[in-house]
Amino acid sequence: MMEWITVHVLEKYNFWIAILIIIIGLTATIVKENLVKKLIGLSIFQTAFFLWVVSLGDVGRNILTTWGLKTQTPPILWTEAAEKGYIYANPLPHVLMLTGIVVSAATTAVALAIVIRIYQKYGTIEEDEIIQKEMEFERAGVI
Amino acid sequence: MDLVEQFPVLIVGLSMFLAYTMLLTGYLNRRLPFFMSLAMNSFFLILSLFILNHVLTVGPIRYWQGGWRPPWGIEYVIDAMNAYLLVIVISMVILGLIYSRGNVRHEIEERKHVTFYTLVQLMAAGLYGITVTGDLFNMFIWLEIASLTAYALIAVAGGRALRPAYNYVIMGSIGACLYIFGVCWLYSVTGTLNFADMRLLLPLVYDNKAVQMAFAMIVVGVMIKAYIFPLHLWQPDVYTYAPSTISSMMASVHVKVMFYILIRMFYSVFTLEFIRHYIGLDLLICWVAAIAILAGSIWAIKQRNLKRMLAYSSVSQMGYILLGVGLSPLSPWGLVGAAAHILNHAIGKGCLFMCAGAISQQEGLKDIRDFGGLGKKMPHVCAAFTIAALSMIGIPLTAGFTSKLFLIYASLDAAQYPFVAVLLLSGLLNLVYFWRVIDQMYFVKHKETENAIEVKEKGKSLPLSMVAPILILASLCIIMGIVWLTDIPLPLINHILSNLRMGVTL
Repeated sequence: MMEWITVHVLEKYNFWIAILIIIIGLTATIVKENLVKKLIGLSIFQTAFFLWVVSLGDVGRNILTTWGLKTQTPPILWTEAAEKGYIYANPLPHVLMLTGIVVSAATTAVALAIVIRIYQKYGTIEEDEIIQKEMEFERAGVI
Repeated sequence: MDLVEQFPVLIVGLSMFLAYTMLLTGYLNRRLPFFMSLAMNSFFLILSLFILNHVLTVGPIRYWQGGWRPPWGIEYVIDAMNAYLLVIVISMVILGLIYSRGNVRHEIEERKHVTFYTLVQLMAAGLYGITVTGDLFNMFIWLEIASLTAYALIAVAGGRALRPAYNYVIMGSIGACLYIFGVCWLYSVTGTLNFADMRLLLPLVYDNKAVQMAFAMIVVGVMIKAYIFPLHLWQPDVYTYAPSTISSMMASVHVKVMFYILIRMFYSVFTLEFIRHYIGLDLLICWVAAIAILAGSIWAIKQRNLKRMLAYSSVSQMGYILLGVGLSPLSPWGLVGAAAHILNHAIGKGCLFMCAGAISQQEGLKDIRDFGGLGKKMPHVCAAFTIAALSMIGIPLTAGFTSKLFLIYASLDAAQYPFVAVLLLSGLLNLVYFWRVIDQMYFVKHKETENAIEVKEKGKSLPLSMVAPILILASLCIIMGIVWLTDIPLPLINHILSNLRMGVTL
């Protein structure tokens, strides 16, 4: 039991933290009525996911994966480093997530721009109030 | 090295470059961006026809960016499926651009025109990028470019379009995030991001739970983008309130390209063997598709707004394509049906959305019940609408009939008889909701209505730039209905089947 906890929980604590934050973010996205809070939830979700992927890049030690004990090696084309036993993190997940952060920032910017337009139009950013006002406006023939 | 092998990267690179050049020239002259975009996209169409010819005669094109060999560098791979889709996407973008010339003046403020065309060109660049790429992460980047511009283009309509656009941002971002989540898991297992390389490495670890989970994440993520039935909730509002040009472009090409990602995942990254024997999903996919077909049609019957009805009809039509993919492990005709329906739905639904935009522009009508006597007022548009609707229903000698024929033949070939019944029933349901519109147009007398919205230049006949694309697409519905039944597309179909490694050609 202790061994199981060590292998699956303690050695991989950053993955567990990432899972926890992903759940928090996703819950906020689904549950919150306020459009900005929804967006904050989405940002948390995306950031936690970056944390997960960057953790995957930590390959300098033996990791008991679901497909067996394995010493992962980074894809660095420099044999001397491997022979001397230098420990590197795999740079590729970091690079991928750098791009991912840019995409996430762009998504947030577009969503915030839309929220500003919604606020100018309806004077509120609560989803249920917006739906109510949409109906009122439609009856009045404003939209 | 053949010159044709440079064309895919030329199309994508020039599209991106063009988009920003359009933004700059827009400050000098407001009309210039449209003509630049039209000219360059026509040029791309010629290039894509060369690519299609090269793929069919010589073989797949592999382009290594910067000369880096595949496992490290980004590779662009064009086989028959890509080349075929690329031609469809570019032609529909050109027709959409021509249509938008008359349409945006009514739906979008004058000062936004430059940015509107820039965003359309950027979206097109994203779609071309998804189509040509052979790298999982590169595909994510193009996917986000196509999606982000789509969010902005929907919100540009203002008013009721804002909340649907916001919902689409949230849903679409979650979908894209799930996709890249799955891709990173696959990377952690195989250490590669290249389609062909991953296809070689994956069979060793098919039993691995991380691989199976990654597959599930990618499929669900892409299904959100391609609004397969239970994940379609963002779609009807978006299609109803977006500008007509954008509704038409999204329904005809955007969603097809999103679905193409799914096809790539099924055939080029994973294999049909994995889907059948390791996770046993093939029949489940078919049943999801069957439910999508019926549910989309039934919801479409309930709608009164024409564009919303067409949106639900799209949900049902995406089910057809998914059904074809689901049947393909059992019968090669499934994939033929899916590939044919990608084209047939693009031209049919593109035409219908353009007609809906034209009707609301000239007469200010959106509610189907007010369409009385429209056949006399707008004869060309109504005739085109009728032809495209017949194609959607699947009347013989129209394009929609052939893809349904292929799908029915596939279900018989695979001995999955319930799906024959589903396809026939769906044809009947399509008839119900499209006939309501046609009936109002031709057989009900005109009556004054209070629902008509105020439009500029009401009753003024439409410019040629709007009627021409509608008529071209309507005539294509009939031409393709005959072409699919002849031997002309046979080489293309054989190439698609052999390139996606079905092992069986017709």
